[in-house]
Amino acid sequence: MALLVAAIAFELYRTSRLSVHKFGFGFWATKVWDPVAGDFGAWPFIWGTLYSSFLALLLSTPVALGIAIFLSELSPRPLRTPLAFLTELLAAIPSIVYGLWGVFVLVPIVRKLEVLTPAWMKKIPLFSGPPLGVGMGTAAIILAVMVIPFTSSVAREVLRAVPDTQREAAYALGATRWEAIQAAMRYGRTGIIGAVILGLGRAIGETMAVTMVIGNNPQVSWSLFAPQYSMAAVIANEFTEAADDLYLSALIEIGLVLFVITLVINALSRLLIWSVTREVKIRKPKTAAFAPEKAAA
Amino acid sequence: MTRSVRRKAFSRFVESLCAGAVLLALVPLFFVFFYVLQQGFSSLNWDFFTKMPKPVGESGGGMANAIVGTLYLIAIASALAVPVGLIAGVYLSEYPRTRLSTATRFTADVLNGIPSIVIGIFAYGLVVMPVKHFSALAGGVALGFMMIPIIARTTEELLNLVPGTLREGALALGATRSRAAFSVMLPAALPGIMTGILVALARISGETAPLLFTSFNNRFFTTRIDQPIASLTVQIYTYAISPYDDWHRQAWAGALVLVSGVFVFSVLARVVTKRLERMHRT
Repeated sequence: MALLVAAIAFELYRTSRLSVHKFGFGFWATKVWDPVAGDFGAWPFIWGTLYSSFLALLLSTPVALGIAIFLSELSPRPLRTPLAFLTELLAAIPSIVYGLWGVFVLVPIVRKLEVLTPAWMKKIPLFSGPPLGVGMGTAAIILAVMVIPFTSSVAREVLRAVPDTQREAAYALGATRWEAIQAAMRYGRTGIIGAVILGLGRAIGETMAVTMVIGNNPQVSWSLFAPQYSMAAVIANEFTEAADDLYLSALIEIGLVLFVITLVINALSRLLIWSVTREVKIRKPKTAAFAPEKAAA
Repeated sequence: MTRSVRRKAFSRFVESLCAGAVLLALVPLFFVFFYVLQQGFSSLNWDFFTKMPKPVGESGGGMANAIVGTLYLIAIASALAVPVGLIAGVYLSEYPRTRLSTATRFTADVLNGIPSIVIGIFAYGLVVMPVKHFSALAGGVALGFMMIPIIARTTEELLNLVPGTLREGALALGATRSRAAFSVMLPAALPGIMTGILVALARISGETAPLLFTSFNNRFFTTRIDQPIASLTVQIYTYAISPYDDWHRQAWAGALVLVSGVFVFSVLARVVTKRLERMHRT
């Protein structure tokens, strides 16, 4: 256990070590990424990471919550375990395999869809640009698929931690099944938000699959069709090619920021999830212990 | 339409949406499996396991070096992570409420969510930078750091499944606390702990990102710890982004081998956990 704490101390050590390399604050706002000229600005990567993660969450959250609700509230008992197992299998597929599948299966499909996009839709900035197949939209789809199992399994855990009395009370008031589920979700909402944020952490840190389909072009664009870049992807692609120290430290600095962002996001989501799952465990015996006293009084 | 009918209908509607969500999530799962199996089997043959990679343009060849490399990296990672993770897990379950254990649990969970590529940079700074070249050791260290929190948490969970009466029995016979933990509790939870290790293995054996700039890649067969080493995942990546059809086929075959390996680990882990749970419940 002391060794694990040592591992954490290492983390801090790394953090300080890397920040020594830090050069300037303008790094984060500059759009130029030109290794040859020695000009480094990280904004396109930050943009790519945030935008792709946001889109992925937009796609994955409703599906993941639907799965969590179905598996914890609606599913017939014999179906529950196999279905839970299958959805969690999505998390077991290595990201490189997702990437491979993305490059050879998903990208051609997306390209076809992009070609079929009518001209009037092309005028909207969201769908502008040539039909390349690789790009923001494809990355978001792959990310969404990869994030779903994480969000849904934590949300399921949270829903399971909600005491049945909540649902029973709702039913007793004449609620329909969905209204009772809403009551349960409201009770566990901090935990569910935690689950979504956990998914966000996954999406931000995902490397291989994104690298393979996002297009790897450092530009800032709203378009789903435009090839862009992400923080993790630029590290994966250019780290071994970084010829000079400045280039390398710029990449490491991106890594540092990625680390800090995911650290904050994960810590936040854990705290939120714990607040629900633990609160319930503690609260239950308390009310049980209080009841006889009150009766006695 | 009365209000209650409308409410019931809406409830039905949302319920079916939820069921639809499950089906929707199974579509990509099915798709990925279908392609990996179809493309993988058509290009998988005995040579894949026994032969070395061929230069571009020559057909045939295999990934023998990468398969051995992956196993080798996993072995290094386990050697580093298993003892640390185990001891941490024992501590967590023996002293569940100290400040240190709460902090450890929290950091383990957070560490679990750190992107693997950042772990890769960490290992790069720790192992590669001082000696100035890529090595199998660096890859093993990176993977090991990813294993520790998983092993620690599963060990803790599974030790908690072992009935506390067992520990009390040992203490009553005059055993010290650590004696009770290591000689009584740990053996009782051993199958479960194997599971924890399997879960960790399933997770890291598919990792690519932390290996890109730690163990790097190697076109030749090697088992030297201070040399760059090939791995299945990095090899798949290199082949997948190459423009050659023959390499693409190899990448699919590699993906099939990788996915089967990961699934064997995870299914095995699941079976053992289920059995353990049932054993201790009755």
